[in-house]
Amino acid sequence: MSQSPLLSVENLAFERDDSCLFDAIDLTVNGGDILQIEGANGSGKTTLLRLLTGALQPSAGSINYLGCNIADCRYDYFANMLYIGHQPAVKLNLTAEENLRWMVANAAQSNQISISDALTEVGLAGYSDIPCYTLSAGQHRRVALARLLISEARLWYLDEPFTAIDKQGVQLLHSCLQQHVSRGGLVVLSTHQDLALNNVRKYNLLARTEHIA
Amino acid sequence: MARQMNSGFSAWLRRDLLLAYRRRGEVASPVLFFVMVSTLIPLGLTPESARLAEVAAGMIWVIALLATLLSVDGLFASDYQDGSLEQMLLTPQLLPLPVLGKITAHWLTTGLPLTLVSPLLGLMLSLPGAGYIPLICSLALGTACLSFLGAVGAALTVSLRKGGLLLTLLVMPLYMPVVIFGTATVNYAIDGFNWLPPLAILGALFAAAVALCPLAVAGALRVTASN
Repeated sequence: MSQSPLLSVENLAFERDDSCLFDAIDLTVNGGDILQIEGANGSGKTTLLRLLTGALQPSAGSINYLGCNIADCRYDYFANMLYIGHQPAVKLNLTAEENLRWMVANAAQSNQISISDALTEVGLAGYSDIPCYTLSAGQHRRVALARLLISEARLWYLDEPFTAIDKQGVQLLHSCLQQHVSRGGLVVLSTHQDLALNNVRKYNLLARTEHIA
Repeated sequence: MARQMNSGFSAWLRRDLLLAYRRRGEVASPVLFFVMVSTLIPLGLTPESARLAEVAAGMIWVIALLATLLSVDGLFASDYQDGSLEQMLLTPQLLPLPVLGKITAHWLTTGLPLTLVSPLLGLMLSLPGAGYIPLICSLALGTACLSFLGAVGAALTVSLRKGGLLLTLLVMPLYMPVVIFGTATVNYAIDGFNWLPPLAILGALFAAAVALCPLAVAGALRVTASN
């Protein structure tokens, strides 16, 4: 019996305002894979990620989760997916802890690690009851990244996760990604940085080629 | 599943109430608008209580509508900007539930305060004594309708940079029946008629709004998000 891949993309195309952003994208990503999407600014990395989350509708082609088109198993798919976009979705008037609480309530599943433990892990211990407008951009990112620690989703879509994060943060994120794929998870991310991880597959959006880093 | 559905509603309700509490000044502005405009009416129209009493119900209702319209504009705007709306669209729950939570929070922070200060305005505009209870009842139901209908407009215009005017144009026709039956409730009571029938129609409008608007908002948000 052939196992359906966790995520497969077939002949995907996206048009905006009658101009084609990209077409004929074929991808297969399985548990344990990290796929890094590369491309110049404006080549459509964010759009591709948003297509994968189902927030955008493709002009042609299909995205399948375990062999099932994501439009047909939307809630099942959403329950197993975590997306962190350009905007970290951090509410400035709420504290880090309050922010995390609604983000976690939003997701269907969360594992045993508590919110305060997750905040300590991302280096925000002691900031938990301070409104987020006093925190820096990098710290906002860290609040959003604390979701990664709590989430039990198998599919992670991260749009430029390294933006505004310091060296320790980058290391933390690396170990987070490593742990996730070793548990059989899947990561699709867009970044211009080189990842210090094994088995990173790189997909070039302009050339439509894939190679192993 | 039931627990999850509940958490989608209550998490957003709690979050929005907490946000409103943190931005008390901003949230109080519709109520301030309501009170300030009402104080202008005796100055602009007439201080004579007999003539004021004739227009009091209609005036209070129109100002309540405008105050709601002012606040409904921002219902999804900040969530759209900071990416929370995107996260809301990806919840594994039924989307109308978080939407319902947000609208409920909006009513609790605008419609309910408007309803509570309305007797004070009735006093300023020398509303006849028989009109107070109907005014409170009709505003409580009516402002909830306004929040629900306004949310549909807000969802449709959220991705536009200057959506305020378009929102007004979209929502105003939907607001008309609410105002008509709202003022009718108060005026029937003042004229000594049975004021329950127009209130019952408001109740019916409210029931329809609760059932349909969250679905419409969810659909509108999915469309606007794909732009």
